[in-house]
Amino acid sequence: MNILSVENLECRHGLLVAVRGISFTMAEGEILALVGANGAGKTTLLRSIAGAHNPASGRVTFDGQDVTKLRAYKRVARGIALVPEGRRLFADMTVEENLRVAGAHGRKGTWDLPAVLDAFPQLKPKLKARSGDLSGGQQQATAIGRALMTNPRLLLLDEVSLGLSPLAVDQVYESLNGLMNSGTTIIIVEQDLRRAIAVSSRIICMLEGAIALEGASAALDREVITAAYFGLHRQTDTAP
Amino acid sequence: MNFLNQIIQGVLLGGFYALLACGLSFMFGVMRIINLAHGSLAILAAFLLMGFCNYTNLSPFIGLLLVLPVMALLGWALQFTVLDRSLRAGPLIPVLSTFGVAVILDNSMFEVYGANSQSLGPNIGNLAYNSWNLTNTISIAQLDALVFVTAVVVLGGLQIILRYTALGRTIRATASDPAVVDLIGVNARMVYAAAAAMAMVMIGLAGAFLAMRNSFDPYAGGPQLIFAFETIVIGGLGSLWGTLVGGIVLGVAQNIGATISPHGFLIAGHLTFLVVLVARTFGGRIAWRALLPKRAAS
Repeated sequence: MNILSVENLECRHGLLVAVRGISFTMAEGEILALVGANGAGKTTLLRSIAGAHNPASGRVTFDGQDVTKLRAYKRVARGIALVPEGRRLFADMTVEENLRVAGAHGRKGTWDLPAVLDAFPQLKPKLKARSGDLSGGQQQATAIGRALMTNPRLLLLDEVSLGLSPLAVDQVYESLNGLMNSGTTIIIVEQDLRRAIAVSSRIICMLEGAIALEGASAALDREVITAAYFGLHRQTDTAP
Repeated sequence: MNFLNQIIQGVLLGGFYALLACGLSFMFGVMRIINLAHGSLAILAAFLLMGFCNYTNLSPFIGLLLVLPVMALLGWALQFTVLDRSLRAGPLIPVLSTFGVAVILDNSMFEVYGANSQSLGPNIGNLAYNSWNLTNTISIAQLDALVFVTAVVVLGGLQIILRYTALGRTIRATASDPAVVDLIGVNARMVYAAAAAMAMVMIGLAGAFLAMRNSFDPYAGGPQLIFAFETIVIGGLGSLWGTLVGGIVLGVAQNIGATISPHGFLIAGHLTFLVVLVARTFGGRIAWRALLPKRAAS
């Protein structure tokens, strides 16, 4: 049974079409890496699945139910959580308050404050710190922890390593490791292809709002993905 | 000695201004709405309370038990009928729509209650004039003291709610980023409704005390809005205890002005407001920080 199915999704920003008729499905526990150049429509696709962006047409089905028209906060109750690009923490609130405020409104489940702190031990000494004062890596950990506090069944991670030092990226992925083995369904947007291939079971490469390449991560190598990433093979595909 | 008395009375008056301003400040802090109907809503609460007292012959303090929940409901309704729609249309629209609400309220109250000045002073017995005499020249009116204590309790209570309760955390998170709270399962519109209801309870309290201390009429809301504004600007936007400080500064300035000249009361208040506003805008932020390091940092 598919936990998520996206059918012919089209999203616009005014006149600009950011996502052009994308369709794909995900099975429970699958980890999908979304790659593609800036402006390919990855963030808009994630935001539409989370309910933060209203699609112009198409359908998003979650757990067998059509959620296309559902507001984002209601999708959280169903089990969809988005870690937004740029982390978007409540900067004036402490780490603990950021986590608790999410815990108070999400689904009930195994993720609570101690569980999140076990997964992200680097947050333990920072619980009472203003989240705006944290380092980039700690902020990303808090943002992921905040999403986990809502006990998602589908976790959407947008640009996890953007603006982080290589060391901080390693640490965040190390913490994500346990999560990825726990059976949570995850869509992750990652610019680092090597890492995207390593953590995911499947890869979708987007180009100008459409899917340029899709396949099992193990079966795809970097050259093929890079070609799709830059649209290099399109000429041969569409040639008569 | 007279001077000291004026300062003490000014501080007490500042308590009333703080109470008057906290609803306005809270609503702006959470929803980014400048509620121009603030003063008129306070007068509405005063009239509702007067209606209750005239009908039942009970004390206004008992009437508050009914009027404050009614005000909260009105705030809830105001959010879904006016504020929410205007907010979606852009940041300036709420200014216009709340101004419209103020005009409608003022004129409706004029239609219903007439132009006569009213007061709840007669309804609170000797609380209206009893005082504690500290010295021969200095005495503290019990009602003024009650208002001041109420202001401190309201501001303190608000701070405790915002800092230590789940509702408070949700309100702060929503104030910080209404688009993101959606992503953690919070319906921002309901949070706004709760905030509007809370602000209206504060407005109701301010209106009640206004009616007990002074006389009021259907068009008395405008001046109260101005005092609330001046209090917030002097005290610093978004700072709860700054609101109390702002009220005290305004009250003391007005009372000292009144000692200097019979017309000095309002002029001194407005001048103080202008001086603070100009100092904040042009007065060199560095100098301001050196004077008040804590406020500049917040």
